[in-house]
Amino acid sequence: MEIQQYILSGITIGSIYALVALGFNFIFNTTDIINFAQGEFVVFGGMIMVSLVSVFKLPMVIAFFMTIFLVMLLGLLFERLAIQPLKDSPIITLIICTIGVSVLLRGLVMVIWGKGSYPLPHFSGESPLHFWRATILPQVLWIIGITLVLVFLLGLFFGRTLTGKAMRACAVDKVAASLMGIKVKRMILFSFALSAAFGAIGGILITPISLMDFGRGPMLALKGFSALILGGLGSSFGAVVAGFLIGVIEALGAGLISSGFKDALSLVILLLVLYVRPSGIFGVKEITKV
Amino acid sequence: MSQKILGLLILTAVILLFPLLGNKYWISLMIFIGIYALVVIGLCLLTGYAGQISLGHSAFMGLGAYTSGILTATYHLNPWVALVLAILLTMVLAFIIALPTLRLKGPYLAMATLGFGEIAFIAFTELIDLTGGPSGLRGIPELTIGGYPLNTDVRYYYLVWAFVLGGFILALNIVHSRIGRALRSIHDSERAAQAMGVDTGSLKVQIFVISAAYASAAGSLFAHFLTFVNPLPFSIEANISFILMVVVGGLTNLWGSLVGSGLIVILPEMTKLTKSAEYDVIIFGLLLVFIIIFLPQGLVVWFIDLVKRVKNLRVPRIQRGGTERRVLPGGWGHE
Repeated sequence: MEIQQYILSGITIGSIYALVALGFNFIFNTTDIINFAQGEFVVFGGMIMVSLVSVFKLPMVIAFFMTIFLVMLLGLLFERLAIQPLKDSPIITLIICTIGVSVLLRGLVMVIWGKGSYPLPHFSGESPLHFWRATILPQVLWIIGITLVLVFLLGLFFGRTLTGKAMRACAVDKVAASLMGIKVKRMILFSFALSAAFGAIGGILITPISLMDFGRGPMLALKGFSALILGGLGSSFGAVVAGFLIGVIEALGAGLISSGFKDALSLVILLLVLYVRPSGIFGVKEITKV
Repeated sequence: MSQKILGLLILTAVILLFPLLGNKYWISLMIFIGIYALVVIGLCLLTGYAGQISLGHSAFMGLGAYTSGILTATYHLNPWVALVLAILLTMVLAFIIALPTLRLKGPYLAMATLGFGEIAFIAFTELIDLTGGPSGLRGIPELTIGGYPLNTDVRYYYLVWAFVLGGFILALNIVHSRIGRALRSIHDSERAAQAMGVDTGSLKVQIFVISAAYASAAGSLFAHFLTFVNPLPFSIEANISFILMVVVGGLTNLWGSLVGSGLIVILPEMTKLTKSAEYDVIIFGLLLVFIIIFLPQGLVVWFIDLVKRVKNLRVPRIQRGGTERRVLPGGWGHE
């Protein structure tokens, strides 16, 4: 395979890592929690979409938005039932709680959908296009396109809308934000919904190419987290760039070095970044050393 | 006699007398409970006393198991020498991971250890020449003490629980030492601890390395008991069980780690009879969330509080105001 092909497939999977990393970021910014159930949002997105399309025979577009809606609902429930009751607990308790929720959700996926891998039809056909001396599936264009559109909308949201600015304020200082009249509680709830939505979209986009099964969550979360750290915890722009970067490095590593150690590569990057530059490439805030 | 000594005596008596029940199934179950208890005691030190969480202890346990296994089965080294070497190797690796991540505030250790756990699992599976890959490593010898072979379950049971008891007493001593008090101060407020002159970063690294050593010893015992290792028990999923064991017993209660590992090993054995593995996962997840939300101190502290509350019902109302107290970690809720 040509090197362009590796880069393309890297960007494809990198889009998903970017979406997962963004999801981590929303919740981290409002709560300081790393949500270990982030990968499960992706799995639920893929699985619900599969059911809506192949069992309920809904058209792709309707199924797409309905899936996002349902996973957002899941995110809201998650926040209400498992995060809100613990609002005065130490962060470590909350993180353990998200681990519990991720196990619970994984169990639910196993019971509802079983242990099989499920396919989803491509959005617009499977005949490959030729481009830049590489073959490219239309789905890849969809994935990259939708990711870029989402990033653009996110930029508008954070830069131009009051809610977006309020969320950014929460990320800087929650107490100050609440003194300014921002309802921090509502922002936390909203960040879970947004996170769930991004996860769901990631799941819907990637399922046509790589199928979906119950066990994908933790690995996706870990890759997304590597991207988040590489980009700089707290930085949305960094998360996206690093997501693509990790995807490409991984694809090149798998193609040129060894596919068995493919998954180890991004984790080695994670550890290296923590060593060398813990604030990441685009880290917005200085990370407190203690 | 302090409650701590009394508790230890009762524990020792229970350990010594348990095999008299003579049930082979329960003895082998107890061996696994002991092995996991070792991991959990180490993890409890880290979680409860340094306020950090590790999702990579499966890797440390695996390192112990594989180092012991490879050194004894492939290189015919004395198992006890291998066990010590395994612990040293694990401690060095733990140190390398802890150094960058524990200097940082926030959940970096959790993710870095999760990453390390996955890398280790991949290495166990992919380094086929060394580890035997997915099909595993065979021919690990049984342990002997001075020529006396530990070749029955009952003998091995006593060895494992001797390790648990030793590890437990060591952990209690760490907790009640100067280091323990400094660690607890980190758990409460890292900044205040620093202000009091506690070198929080280096203490956290130390406790992490110690807790990894516990996991490594458990791994070596695991390998010699089964005389066979494969990567499966050391997947990152195993860490979920470890965390659950710590949480069920109580994040800040060492006695709880014994209770937690016991319950979490036995529970799936019970549910296996009626339901499928999928439901086990749901039950585990629900249990973890439920206990964290409703019994954040864990079952042991909850039970002690319950007993006290029942006792207090007979005490005049005016004295009951004083029962509201902060539960101190380490003992039976009291120092």
